[in-house]
Amino acid sequence: MIYLDANATEPLRPEARAALLAALEGTGNPYSVHAAGRAARKIMEDARDTIAARFGARPADVVFTSGATEADALALHALGANRRLIVGATEHDAILSPAANAPRIPVNRDGIADLEVLEKLLGSGPPALVCLMAANNETGAIQPIAQAAAICHRHGALLHVDAVQSAGRMACSLVELGADSLAISSHKMGGPAGAGALLVTPAHTALTALIGGGGQERGRRGGTPPVAMIAGFAAAASVVRDAAALALLRDAAERAAIAHGAIVIGGNAPRLPNTTCLALPGVRADAQVIALDLAGICVSAGAACAAGKIASSHVLEAMGLGRLAGQAIRVSFPWNAQRSDVDAFATAYARMAATLRAAIPAKNLSGAAA
Amino acid sequence: MQMPPSPNRPVYLDNQATTRCDPRVLSAMLPWFSEDYGNPASAEHAMGRRAEAAVEAARAQVAELIGADPREIIFTSGATEANNIAIKGAARFAASMGSDRKRIVTVATEHKCVLETVADLAAEGFEPVVLPVRPDGLLDLETLRAALAEPTLLVSVMAVNNETGVIQDLLSIAAIAREAAALFHTDAAQATGKIPLDVAAQKIDLLSISGHKLYGPKGVGALYVRRRPRVRLTPLFSGGGQERGLRSGTLPTPLIVGLGEACRIAQAEMLLDTGRITEHRGLLLEKLRAGIPGLRVNATETSRIPGNLNLTFPAATAQALMAACPDLCVSTGSACSSAEVEPSYVLRAIGLADEEAARTLRIGVGRFTSPADIDYAAAALIAAHTNASA
Repeated sequence: MIYLDANATEPLRPEARAALLAALEGTGNPYSVHAAGRAARKIMEDARDTIAARFGARPADVVFTSGATEADALALHALGANRRLIVGATEHDAILSPAANAPRIPVNRDGIADLEVLEKLLGSGPPALVCLMAANNETGAIQPIAQAAAICHRHGALLHVDAVQSAGRMACSLVELGADSLAISSHKMGGPAGAGALLVTPAHTALTALIGGGGQERGRRGGTPPVAMIAGFAAAASVVRDAAALALLRDAAERAAIAHGAIVIGGNAPRLPNTTCLALPGVRADAQVIALDLAGICVSAGAACAAGKIASSHVLEAMGLGRLAGQAIRVSFPWNAQRSDVDAFATAYARMAATLRAAIPAKNLSGAAA
Repeated sequence: MQMPPSPNRPVYLDNQATTRCDPRVLSAMLPWFSEDYGNPASAEHAMGRRAEAAVEAARAQVAELIGADPREIIFTSGATEANNIAIKGAARFAASMGSDRKRIVTVATEHKCVLETVADLAAEGFEPVVLPVRPDGLLDLETLRAALAEPTLLVSVMAVNNETGVIQDLLSIAAIAREAAALFHTDAAQATGKIPLDVAAQKIDLLSISGHKLYGPKGVGALYVRRRPRVRLTPLFSGGGQERGLRSGTLPTPLIVGLGEACRIAQAEMLLDTGRITEHRGLLLEKLRAGIPGLRVNATETSRIPGNLNLTFPAATAQALMAACPDLCVSTGSACSSAEVEPSYVLRAIGLADEEAARTLRIGVGRFTSPADIDYAAAALIAAHTNASA
């Protein structure tokens, strides 16, 4: 089995596994005052310090959540109160779904947000909360967050950044990006699923809870925190490094796919080093994914969310790709990918492309993007 | 009086705050923390489908424990989130359908997250009603009936109290709620796996479960949502549409597998656990009573879970006792607020004066409590109490 679907979830890093298994040995509730509770609390606060330092926030401004979807929802709930929403057209569903009627910042053909439109949208109307993801989950396109932040702040708007895909793979700092809040996910950086965080600037320390409860996380998020998952999250965060080396593997996979008719989507944009989005004109994405699955290669046709859903990608549609939007697969290399994975992918891709393209009329093989 | 010699690790008798993850639960989770890391929503490939199958197997295990259909189980990050989704979700859905029922009835001894959730709904135009409980900790059914004279949207009453261990009469409460055409939700965080639950027989519409209170991992829980007749909820937040749109976010496969295994073990061993834990609790109480004349057990002794003791000491504060017994993990109340100096609102609600509440400890005996733990706890508390009152 060759796993090339890291943007859905990364394999657990050994450091994260060691940390979480050690923490699972303890019993305490971090909010208990006795010895067992204090031991759990220390694990959690050490993790908070690590994550704060790694992603450019104060420890007091790190709110642990069950994951990035909840962190995004918390940002919309707390920072978005009494503000109108403006969202990027290629955001994850965690942002788009609750913001169905919000104006969208369009993207160009490479998936990069048009900040002139953002400027115009902010030019009139009440104070806004703008949501722009750091890097796209389907194409890897990296958004100009620092510029967007400057524009937002010039207009009195707040900027929330979903940094789920970038946080373990490139420099990612709340303070350096200049955003007001940052959502991150443990399992997308090689930590365990079931933990995430919302990082905020000191101006938003006292945010209103979305999940109300026993007063945990300074009243900002109720529920007993998953100490062991948080320990694994921090351990992963402390070992992630720039994933630039993965670009060599990714580029080799792209070359192999191009040789068999693939078009790289968003290839001109700055991208995450581990991600490529490959369209095969005339061949439905689900057919490609199924063929590769049968060959033992795990890739996807888009975001891994509602089970079984293989629809045309809203991300690729927003990029103006027309029919190609339903003909692209996402290949995303995990932190432990190896050269042999590329070779296996190249072989399987060549066979898949030959088989599936043979089944369609020649006239459909060109100009499919029109 | 001499304290007993220190044990080689703290003696943990705070099993209402959290429980040790059962080694069998840990074993069940391990493969999902290593080679099987797929995202269960990645149904497109083999790794994803393996995770999906594991999640569905766990869903069946959770359902089985409470007599539900697997399709009625929604995984959450824990009971607090499940309570939020159940109460806010039911209220908001009813409002979105134009229902004129606004009343939400709960009781004064609920967990903070239920009380806060219900209180928050006042700002959205709902009418929270918080009923008192009797000195034995039980909700008076006539009080409930009277509150339901007004058209009521939802009744939320916990199955087992987290401080006193009192088991509410769910069967009667649910019947009264149903008579009044109100939905019935129960926070079963402390009850699941400890006492038999059957959502069909007990006519429960919504039920919240916590993993870490039943020897499973922290970070996972579940909400039972009745299908027939169907209970509809507005999600607390949306996104990828997992869990039939009721709870978006990547499912944490290992934690869910752990919750499933914890439920399986609880179902298989509930009688064994109950017998052993009841015996240990009885032994502890017997020893403490012998060494501390005037010791009082709060709330009913008949309708409570086996592991719980809520004790008011005659002559020493809980703080002093805990300080004198650093190797004994017990608590003054719920863990969430145990750092607060405020007296417990649960104890106030069952009629304790603040001064009595300050002399009260919660002790939670659990599956992994040994006879030696009981001996140590009794000796330590008796010595500490004797020294404090000398």
